Amino acid sequence: MFAASVVLALLALTLAWPVPLVLARAAWPSRAPGTALVLWQSIALAGGLSMIGSLVTYGLIPFGNNLIAGAFEFTSHLFAGTLPPGANFTQMFALCLAVLLTGHLLLSLLLTLVRSEKQRSRHLSLVNLLSAPLEGSPRTRVLDHPSPVAYCLPGTSSSVTVLSEGLVALLDESQLRAVIAHENAHLAQQHHLVLIAFKSWHSALPWFPIANRAENAVALLVEMLADDQARRATDDRTLATAIALVGSGAATDPTAPELSWANRGEIEPGLVGPRVARLLTQQHPLSSSARGTVLGAATALLVIPTVLLVLI
Amino acid sequence: MATLGELERSVMDALWSTEGTLSANELRDRLDSSRGSKEVAVTTVLTVLSRLENKGFVERDRSSRPHLYRSVTTRAEHTADLMHEVLGTAPDREAALARFIGQVSPEEAETLRTLLSGAHNS
Repeated sequence: MFAASVVLALLALTLAWPVPLVLARAAWPSRAPGTALVLWQSIALAGGLSMIGSLVTYGLIPFGNNLIAGAFEFTSHLFAGTLPPGANFTQMFALCLAVLLTGHLLLSLLLTLVRSEKQRSRHLSLVNLLSAPLEGSPRTRVLDHPSPVAYCLPGTSSSVTVLSEGLVALLDESQLRAVIAHENAHLAQQHHLVLIAFKSWHSALPWFPIANRAENAVALLVEMLADDQARRATDDRTLATAIALVGSGAATDPTAPELSWANRGEIEPGLVGPRVARLLTQQHPLSSSARGTVLGAATALLVIPTVLLVLI
Repeated sequence: MATLGELERSVMDALWSTEGTLSANELRDRLDSSRGSKEVAVTTVLTVLSRLENKGFVERDRSSRPHLYRSVTTRAEHTADLMHEVLGTAPDREAALARFIGQVSPEEAETLRTLLSGAHNS
């Protein structure tokens, strides 16, 4: 049990610091955004699992020789209100910490889900009141505002893509088609769920520098995935031009609301440049053997802590 | 038959284009004139109004008979609220709105313009 808890703690530390740092700086994710997204999710899950698992296995040492026996023994001691011989404060502290951490992470996920769902449904009902469907595409709405924006509102039964008048005026027909294809890809691939999970992880651990980095990396990968779908609707150059036009238009738009200083620090750095560069430089997709290796690593990351927890 | 969403939009449009308040009957007449031949029952208008009231878009003056309705804020203010949420300038931004383009710094905009002129020239 002690050995397993040490190995899990080392794994948790590796996944919390050096691994995300290296991955965030790596160049290959833009050549295989879907694979990289799987790896990020696996790192986050495995990191949490080994962090909590390390605390639990350490805390259960006086109760048994493996996790399952220890958990049974712990339950009977809990109901009897006794402690086994050899139990010490540090072990009980580790158990409390494991319970608190698990509760904190799950509650934060629940809270983020509920809040964003509430805001999304209010936003959707306002959009429905303020705009009529675009002719020919019933799930696309045009909002009467000069700032060039496009975004999507995911919903269980009523997903909607919203464009502004400013955007429609700025782009030509094929560029507009690229934008709509991009937003529809977000909706079809349920990107908001991944974004919400990483956002809740970030808000649960705001002091954790890697959480911020992970959230930004995931946001960029999700955009690249949607870009890849949009490339099928038009050519790369049209999509790149649309991104650049909207990006530079948004920055110089005098009608856009002023950014408050509180929000200024949260601007995601470099979400736009890498996307345009990627489309214009014709990167080759990652080879299937390299992608297979990454997916294998992602699986191993989840299997190793599970095996350590259950078998040792 | 118009959907509930379309009716809600028509009722709000009628309220937004009026300075003061309207009764359910007056609203129905306006809907009829704007929608042409389709008849809308007053009870339907009342249902739509109470839905809009529950959502916080419409205020009801219960002191007068019949009840009078007005929009809580103007159309432009609602649009501005939405844009604040979308552009991330609202005080509480929780919704994971996946925007086509997020915030762009002035330096990044400059890079984009350079890339753009390159793309046009080649």
